[in-house]
Amino acid sequence: MSRPPSIFVTLATILFIAIRCRSFSPDSPTDRRILVLLDDLAIKSSHSLFFNSLQSRGFEFDFRLAGDPKVGLQRYGQYLYDGLIIFSPTTERFGGSVDGAAILDFVDSGRDLILAADTSASDLIREIATECGVDFDEDPAAMVIDHTSYAVSDTEGDHTLIASDDLIQSDVLLGSKKIEAPVLFRGIGHTSNPANSLVLKVLSASSSAYSANPKTKLSTPPTLTGSAISLVSVVQARNNARIMITGSLSMFSNRFFRSGVQKAGSSMKHTKSGNEQFLTELSKWVFHERGHLKAVNVRHHKVGETDEPLMYRINDDLEYSVEIYEWSGKSWEPYVANDVQVQFYMMSPYVLKTLSTDKKGLYYTAFKVPDVYGVFQFKVEYQQLGHTSLSLAKQIPVRPFRHNEYERFIPAAFPYYGASFSMLMEKLFCAIDLSVLSIF
Amino acid sequence: MAGKAEAANGGGVKLAAMKPDLLPSNTPFFFRSLKLKTKQQELLIRVVVLGLVYILAFITRLFSVLRYESMIHEFDPYFNYRTTLYLTEKGFYEFWNWFDSESWYPLGRIIGGTLYPGLMVTAAIIYWALHFLRFAVHIREVCVLTAPFFASNTTLVAYFFGKELWDSGAGLVAAALIAICPGYISRSVAGSYDNEGVAIFALLLTFYLFVKAVNTGSLAWALASAFGYFYMVSAWGGYVFIINLIPLYVLVLLITGRYSMRLYVAYNCMYVLGMLLAMQIRFVGFQHVQSGEHMAAMGVFFLMQVFYFLDWVKYLLDDPKLFHAFLRVTVTCAIGVGAVALGVGTASGYISPWTGRFYSLLDPTYAKDHIPIIASVSEHQPTAWSSFMFDFHILLFLFPAGLYFCFKRLSDATIFIVMYGLTSMYFAGVMVRLILVATPALCLISAIAVSATIKNLMHLVRAKTKVVQSVTGKGTSAKASSKASLDQSLPFQRNGAIALLLGAFYLLSRYAIHCTWVTSEAYSSPSIVLAARGAYGNRVIFDDYREAYFWLRKNTPPDAKIMSWWDYGYQITAMGNRTVIVDNNTWNNTHIATVGRAMSSYEDEAYEIMRSLDVDYVLVVFGGVTGYSSDDINKFLWMVRIGGGVFPVIKEPDYLVNGEYRVDKGAAPKMLNCLMYKLSYYRFGELTTEYGKPPGYDRARGVEIGNKDVKLEYLEEAFTTSNWIVRIYKVKPPNNRW
Repeated sequence: MSRPPSIFVTLATILFIAIRCRSFSPDSPTDRRILVLLDDLAIKSSHSLFFNSLQSRGFEFDFRLAGDPKVGLQRYGQYLYDGLIIFSPTTERFGGSVDGAAILDFVDSGRDLILAADTSASDLIREIATECGVDFDEDPAAMVIDHTSYAVSDTEGDHTLIASDDLIQSDVLLGSKKIEAPVLFRGIGHTSNPANSLVLKVLSASSSAYSANPKTKLSTPPTLTGSAISLVSVVQARNNARIMITGSLSMFSNRFFRSGVQKAGSSMKHTKSGNEQFLTELSKWVFHERGHLKAVNVRHHKVGETDEPLMYRINDDLEYSVEIYEWSGKSWEPYVANDVQVQFYMMSPYVLKTLSTDKKGLYYTAFKVPDVYGVFQFKVEYQQLGHTSLSLAKQIPVRPFRHNEYERFIPAAFPYYGASFSMLMEKLFCAIDLSVLSIF
Repeated sequence: MAGKAEAANGGGVKLAAMKPDLLPSNTPFFFRSLKLKTKQQELLIRVVVLGLVYILAFITRLFSVLRYESMIHEFDPYFNYRTTLYLTEKGFYEFWNWFDSESWYPLGRIIGGTLYPGLMVTAAIIYWALHFLRFAVHIREVCVLTAPFFASNTTLVAYFFGKELWDSGAGLVAAALIAICPGYISRSVAGSYDNEGVAIFALLLTFYLFVKAVNTGSLAWALASAFGYFYMVSAWGGYVFIINLIPLYVLVLLITGRYSMRLYVAYNCMYVLGMLLAMQIRFVGFQHVQSGEHMAAMGVFFLMQVFYFLDWVKYLLDDPKLFHAFLRVTVTCAIGVGAVALGVGTASGYISPWTGRFYSLLDPTYAKDHIPIIASVSEHQPTAWSSFMFDFHILLFLFPAGLYFCFKRLSDATIFIVMYGLTSMYFAGVMVRLILVATPALCLISAIAVSATIKNLMHLVRAKTKVVQSVTGKGTSAKASSKASLDQSLPFQRNGAIALLLGAFYLLSRYAIHCTWVTSEAYSSPSIVLAARGAYGNRVIFDDYREAYFWLRKNTPPDAKIMSWWDYGYQITAMGNRTVIVDNNTWNNTHIATVGRAMSSYEDEAYEIMRSLDVDYVLVVFGGVTGYSSDDINKFLWMVRIGGGVFPVIKEPDYLVNGEYRVDKGAAPKMLNCLMYKLSYYRFGELTTEYGKPPGYDRARGVEIGNKDVKLEYLEEAFTTSNWIVRIYKVKPPNNRW
């Protein structure tokens, strides 16, 4: 390789990075560049409907084989991608500098991840899932089997193709349009770790499902049974990075997208499965096209003033306001809710008030500072299902009265005022007496 | 010299004491002009000696400045320094109203209302005065030298007090003794910028002025003593000693029948004005009328009025029988009314009961059982005999001798100093730090002993010269023995006197040597910079504290909250300029107990506590590498006790093995896994501290540690100073995905 081209490449890369970096910013939280890691490039075409729907919404894809030695998530300390889709369930190790820890770091930097496993998922994939609070069934051959809510097909089959409609009730996660058709699923089941409070089950198995190897006879009771089995889970990390984990790669496939579905025991036959709608809507959530809030312009001041003081005094009347907007995928829209609360907090909330809103994004309230001094915080802890969690804390000290801010004259002291004045009078009379005497 | 006349009248045997006084006035009997000259000479010598003592008191306290640098010492002085800085920068009103949000997070502290401002205002006034005179000194230099300056002033007060009590000779000796007494130097070396440095001056001044007022019966002196008291109240909480000692003294005078108009004027003026003035100090406020500790003074005040009233009635009533009946009724009524008032006041909560600190003074075991936070401070421990010897040296032997002289020439003034000496000696025995209060009394009483003895001896040596000559002229003939026994004993007496003088000289010089040695070796260490001897006898300096605080100042966000044991709170805010959870102003026991609990819990439990307090960094002091023994592991049992006092989940036996505190392999499992142990010994197991010892050998405790593989989950090491004395850990944010 000659020198000038390599310099050119480097420069171009830097330029490229510089341009790319601007695409992900707090101002427009939607992801733009997505790395897709595949086991086999054939998936690109067999799952093209899913990718196309994303591409049509403006995402740029970089398809790589998982083992590609040139694959890398970051260069010169900058991440090259905003999102990551791992469609390589069997990969034992990624190529290049990517490994399990790198992917978790990617998530911890606030970027998003879609992880699809499948039967015989590799330890690497399982480990990533475990780190995100999701445990796949340990039996590598196990699949989710359901003898009551399977998808009716021409052949009897082993009831591993599941038609589930047990969806989480959340417009933020799944869009406002109801998903009518059941979602097809074939793959490995998982459970969420009870110690993890951030995992949400989006699609659960029915109560009759269990996870076992369909090819062998069931000798021992299955470890995972019933609605404890989760088919699709999402995690919203504390830094609002979003993760979607599922045990089925095929649910993203064109075949599942297009196929009709009839749930066992139900006479209704849908011409098209719910997969496309479900996964499109969920991907909108994962890639921050929906449910992303921002709070700006936190303001507080005394009633009748506009400047923010460095410190309040006890019993001051103050006004607090914050603006909250929601990202619609293209622009910031005012967020409207009636359950945003502010706490005036010092080890425990002294004041807890629901904020009123003007429906234009502004939330405001007014209250009196409690009769306690100390270092308080204005705290807004807004955690709604699906929405990014807002956690605002602004520290403000509250001081007691200054020595000259107390009442100047108090009734209890009137005898003393009287005493001092009588003493004054006496002195005055003495002086007059003396002067009168001196005249004579 | 009403005082002297009073003293002379009061004394039973006055010959010995009076004669030296008469000496200067007797010698110039022939020449009238010579008399003046001798007096002038004497005055000159006195002034020169006093001046030298004044300078000596100052320079003997400069060891630490010369050896280290001009810096503030220890813990509390850093708070005083910080507040003084604030006062000079922002002015008095801002200081008075200061609400500090950087300490006691998140409670905050009203600094203006919870401190004794005397010291800061004094230093600020000196600073402003110097600046007015165009001396552009830094406030730190003023703060460093405030204590020595006031120690010098104390010698002047001691001189006048000694003069008032006995004579000017005793005053000079007292000034010299107090100038170098280690008990006082321990709290007043340069850099020890603490309340006591100023307060001892104020204490002695108040006592002196009060005694002067009692001796003269002058309203002016009583007024002056009220102002002295005001200064004392503004400077130190030890003013409670004054407001209890003076009533006690008055009571003793009343009981011994020494009631006089002078006493009445002095006490009433001092009490009423002193009380009103003291109420101007915000921290003291209405305590003079509301707190149990001040009730004795009020009771004695009313008793004085009853006495005065009775005197008046006695003067009106000629009939002693009638008067006795009246006396009985009045005294019964007065005591009854007083008791009822006290009872009602206490029951209604208007008069607060005695505080724990006061109880712990009266009963040395009280603190240990009830208030571990007071008992945990090393200077609140009962005094060991050795430290009496260390701090007082020969004064300890001269004290009884001085008491003997005082009792021999009993007067109002000597009764006072005797009472001051005895009570303060008791308190000095209860608490190490109160040796300081006893020091002036010991110096004064010892000065009386020294001065009186030397005067007697000198008198013997001088006055008998002629007689001795006549005795020696007669030779050693047998006739001499048949002479009067007085003559016979004379040569022996004179030689004895000379021998005793030499002995006294030897003792006093030993005292001077001892004091200098103690000052240089023990009391001039800043304790923030540690010094040790290296392997080749060279001096090794450990400046780890300042290294750590400087790191905090430069590398942490300005609003970071630091959790440490309360000892280091003042230093962190003053030098690190960061918010602390608890500091040396131990006003909130629960808050300190919370920190103690966090330190003695397992890491995950501690993490919850630290999160609830918004802690960003944890600072521990560790002496295992350097052998520095006053580190957090050695203080740890107090954290457990204080934490356990509020949160019973923390139990002291969990940290002990068979009642024994250890950190090696045999240590209790909870001890080996608590936060303090982990933070102190994190990665210590990899370090070889001493040649020939296994890695992880703790030099402060002389053992190999028990848990060498310390893993931290919720904290990470942020900074460790070069000698590992201060270790700072960052509290990690909660796990992103869990």
